[in-house]
Amino acid sequence: MVRAVSTSDTFETATFSGENLICRRGGRLVFTGLGFSVASGGAVVLRGPNGSGKTTLLRLMAGLARPIAGRLNWSGAALADPEAHGRHLRFIGHLDAIKPAFTVRENLAFWADFWGTRETALVVKAMEAFGLAALADFPARLLSAGQRHRLALARLIASPAPLWLLDEPANTLDDRSLNALTQTIADHRARGGMVVLASHGADLVTGGTTLALDKFTPTNVMPWDET
Amino acid sequence: MHKYANPTQFMRIANAIYPWVAGLCLLLFAAAIPVALMFSPPDYQQGETVRIMYIHVSSAWLMMMIYGIIAANSAMFLIWRHPMASIAARASAPMGAVFCALALITGMLWGQPMWGTFWVWDARLTSTLILFFLYIGYIALADAFEDSERGDKAAAVLALVGSVNVPIIHFSVEWWNTLHQPSILKAGKEGVGSSVHGSILLPLFLMMGAFTMFYFALLVLRLRSELLAAKIRNARLSQIAGHSAAQPAE
Amino acid sequence: MSVFTALLSRDLKLALRQSADSLTVIAFFAIATVLFPFGVGPEAEILSRIAAGVVWVAALLAALLSLDRVFTVDFEDGTLDQLLLNGQSMTFVVLAKVIAHWLTTGVPLIIMSPILAITLQLPAEGYGTLVLALLLGTPTVSLVGALGAALVLGARRGGVLLSLLVLPLYIPVLIFGTAAVEAALTGMPSAPMLSILGGFALIAITLCPFGTAAALRQAAE
Repeated sequence: MVRAVSTSDTFETATFSGENLICRRGGRLVFTGLGFSVASGGAVVLRGPNGSGKTTLLRLMAGLARPIAGRLNWSGAALADPEAHGRHLRFIGHLDAIKPAFTVRENLAFWADFWGTRETALVVKAMEAFGLAALADFPARLLSAGQRHRLALARLIASPAPLWLLDEPANTLDDRSLNALTQTIADHRARGGMVVLASHGADLVTGGTTLALDKFTPTNVMPWDET
Repeated sequence: MHKYANPTQFMRIANAIYPWVAGLCLLLFAAAIPVALMFSPPDYQQGETVRIMYIHVSSAWLMMMIYGIIAANSAMFLIWRHPMASIAARASAPMGAVFCALALITGMLWGQPMWGTFWVWDARLTSTLILFFLYIGYIALADAFEDSERGDKAAAVLALVGSVNVPIIHFSVEWWNTLHQPSILKAGKEGVGSSVHGSILLPLFLMMGAFTMFYFALLVLRLRSELLAAKIRNARLSQIAGHSAAQPAE
Repeated sequence: MSVFTALLSRDLKLALRQSADSLTVIAFFAIATVLFPFGVGPEAEILSRIAAGVVWVAALLAALLSLDRVFTVDFEDGTLDQLLLNGQSMTFVVLAKVIAHWLTTGVPLIIMSPILAITLQLPAEGYGTLVLALLLGTPTVSLVGALGAALVLGARRGGVLLSLLVLPLYIPVLIFGTAAVEAALTGMPSAPMLSILGGFALIAITLCPFGTAAALRQAAE
C-alpha cells in the first residue's frame, strides 16, 4: 500500500482531511465543528492555549481517539477501517515509547521491524540524522530526556510513512537538534509527505497553514439547552 | 445534540410510567406479604421455614434478571454507544449485588434447619457466591477510573465477558458438586423440587412480581438522580471551559 | 505478520534481559506452595490429598501476580499508542503479548510444578496428568488474565482490582484442572477433564483477543 521503501522514493499523492469534528474529553466538549485539510507536501500547525485540544486533535487524527461526530477522509474517501489507518502515519506524542533495557539501535530496529520496514539501512540513517550514531550501542536507560526525545523522533526516518503527527516536537530539543528536525520535516515534505504538528514556540515549518483551535472551543453552551 | 435529547426523551417516558410501577409494586407487596408469610400453608417437610423461600427465590430471580439486564445494556452501549444504556447498567449493579447478598443470606438461613449447617458447598449456593463476586468486580471496575467514560466502557466489556462465563462457571460448579457431595443435599434438593404446589406458587409469583416492580421503581429513581448529577457536572465543566480556553479569544 | 513476530521476539528478549521478573513469579509460586504444609501439618496423607489443588491455586495466584505487568509498562511509556497504530490488526498484538506471557510465566510454572508436587507428597500416578492439565489450562489463564489486565489499565489500585475480576473466572479451570489429577490418582480416566480444559482454551482463544483488543483501544482513548 502506501509505503516508501527507500528514502529517495516519494509518497503517493494523497490528502488527509476532517470535517465537522466534535470531540469530548472527560465529559467536556473540547471542540466542535472543526475541519482541516492537508495534502502531499503540506503542513498544518496547530495553535491554541492549554486545553484547546491540540493533543486531542492529534490523537483523533491518528485514530487513537474517536470523535463523537464528524468524519476523517483519506484522499477523499472516508476512513472505513480505523485499524488500517495506522499504516498511513507516524505519531510522536509526549511519551517516548522507549524500552530502557534495549540499546538505542535495538529500540529503533524493533519499531522498523514492527511496521514492516524492509530497508535496515534506514535505522542507521535515522540515528545519524538525530545525532544518535555515537550512542547506538548504549542502553536507552542512560539517555537524557532530550536524547530520548530524539530517539523517539528518529522513528520517523527509521520507518517511513506519509503522514507525520507530532505533538510539541520542539520540546526539550537543543538548537542543533531543532535544526535537524526542521531539516527532516522539510525533506519529508519535499518527498510528498504530510506533517501536522502542535506547537507553542518556534516555527518548524515554512509555508504551512495554521489552525487556531480556540476558534472551535464551545463557549458556555449548556448542551441540553439546545434541545 | 442527539446524545442529550435521548436522555430527555427517556426521562419523559420514565417519569410517566414511574407512578404506575411504584403503585403496582406497593399493591403486589400488600398482597404478597400476608399471603406468603401468614396465610399460605406450611410445607409438609420443611414446615414454616418454607416461607424463607419466598424471599430467597425472589431475590435469586432478581439477581439473575439484573445480571441479564446489565449484560444486555452493556452490549447496547458498546454497539450503539447509547449513553443511557451504560447509565442503566451501572445503576442496576448495586441493586443486583444487594439481591445477590439477600439470596445468599436467606439461602444460609434456610439451609441451617435443612442441612444442619449455615454453609454447604451446594452448587446453587456456590454459583450465587461467585455471581456475587462478579457483581463486586463489576462495581469496583466501573468506579476505578478518574474518567468515568472509561469506567463505563471497561465495565461494559467485563459484563459481556461475565455473561459468557456465568453458564460455564455454573456448569463447572454443578459438575464439581456432584463429584464431591454425594448424599448430603439429596433431601434438601428433593424437598424443594417436589413441593412445588399450587398453594406455594401463588404467593411465590406475587412476591417475585413485587420484587421485580420494586427494582424497576428504584431503577427509575436512580436514573433520574444520575441524569441530574450529569447536568450539574456539565454545567461546572462548561464554566471551566469558558474561563480557560474561550477567554483569550474574546 | 511482521507485527506478531516482531512484538513476540521483542517481549521474549525483554523478559530475558529482565529475567529477575520471571524468577520472582516462580519464587512466589514456590513460597506460596511451601506455606501449606505449615498450615495443615506435615502428614503425608493430608498433603497428598490436597497436593494437586494447592499447586493449581498457587500457580493461578503466581500467574495473576505477573499479569499486572503485561500491558502496564507499555501503557505508561507510550508504547501502547504505537502498538495500536500497527496498521494491521490489534488481534496480532494481543496474541503476541499473550503468547509471550505464557512462554515467560506459564511454561516456567509448569516446569516447577512437579518439583513442588514432590514436596507435597503427590503420588507417582499424578505427575503426568498434573503437567498435562497445567499445559492445557495455563493458556486460558494467560488469555483471560490479559483481558482483565487490559480492562484495569489506568485504574486506581489496578493490581487488586485485577485479582477481583479475574479469579472468579478462573474457577472452571481450577475445578477441571484438579479433577483431572484426582481422576488419575483414583485410577479413573482423566481424558474427559483434560478435553474440557482444552475446550476452555479454545473458547478463550476465540473470544478473549477481541475483548482485549477493544479494552486496549479504550485505554488509549
